[in-house]
Amino acid sequence: MPTIVVDVMPKPELLDPQGKAVAGALNRTGHSLVTGVRQGKRFEITVDGPVDEAVRAEIRTIAEEILSNSVIEDVVAIDFGDAELAADETTEA
Amino acid sequence: MRVGVITFPGSLDDRDAQRAVRLAGAEPVALWHGSHDLEGVDALILPGGFSYGDYLRCGAIASLSPIMTEVVDAANRGMPVLGICNGFQMLAEAHLLEGGLIRNDHGSFICRDQVLRVENASTDWTAEFEAGEQITIPLKNGEGGFIADDETLDRLEGDGRVAFRYVDVNPNGSLRDIAGITNARGNVVGLMPHPEHAVEPGFGPDTAAAMRSGVDGLRFFTSVIQRTLAAA
Repeated sequence: MPTIVVDVMPKPELLDPQGKAVAGALNRTGHSLVTGVRQGKRFEITVDGPVDEAVRAEIRTIAEEILSNSVIEDVVAIDFGDAELAADETTEA
Repeated sequence: MRVGVITFPGSLDDRDAQRAVRLAGAEPVALWHGSHDLEGVDALILPGGFSYGDYLRCGAIASLSPIMTEVVDAANRGMPVLGICNGFQMLAEAHLLEGGLIRNDHGSFICRDQVLRVENASTDWTAEFEAGEQITIPLKNGEGGFIADDETLDRLEGDGRVAFRYVDVNPNGSLRDIAGITNARGNVVGLMPHPEHAVEPGFGPDTAAAMRSGVDGLRFFTSVIQRTLAAA
């Protein structure tokens, strides 16, 4: 069963309180090399059958409209299992 | 006058919203997220809570509930819809209101009696306030930071669609101190603080007059009753 991976991150210009809290904890525990952390989400989606163009189009729609909220987040990558980096494709929408 | 209050899995303040409707003089109608039936109500409230455990994003999964199809249709026809806290997050996720809500900038849940300034006193849910009036109602959220891009914020402010602004303290990092907004028509309003928790003496915020005597939230509900009766 093919697995498709969708990565979603908070928009770079927005404050990411989760990442900031993680960075603070790392610094407090002596990891002074860390200057910043941003935290996002990774979705692993399994589908039946071959990942053809119709599947790719539907997954891109799901990623843009449901898995992310374009007001606060960006879909930064979709890996369809063939190492395709789809950042350029997802920004078309 | 019948006001529907929709219960989602994880709603917390649905009973409080029903009680507020009753105290304001209307009949509350309990509605269920899994239904497609608004049961002929005249107005709708999406209550606070943690629907679906805030999974994916706050309000995101609830905004895809069966009943939301009818909520969006009713809102677009002009039915008054109020989203409180998690309900505000659902309205944003359903694109009935602009902007989004993210984790509080300080990273902690916050619960306090919050002073707000009523910026727009002409919506269906604020008509009984005076523009510029300051009110105090409880606020309790972990993800109440209102954000939008500068263009959207400028448009919201220019069109008078900022309904409420935080006064004295910005409790969650909301841009431009925005606590609540309205759609262009003024029938859909969302805010993070909780008017339904300030509707009955003895159970509201403290005031200068007496402990727990604050009832500033009641006028949200009397506003929509007056508007609906006036339109009938």
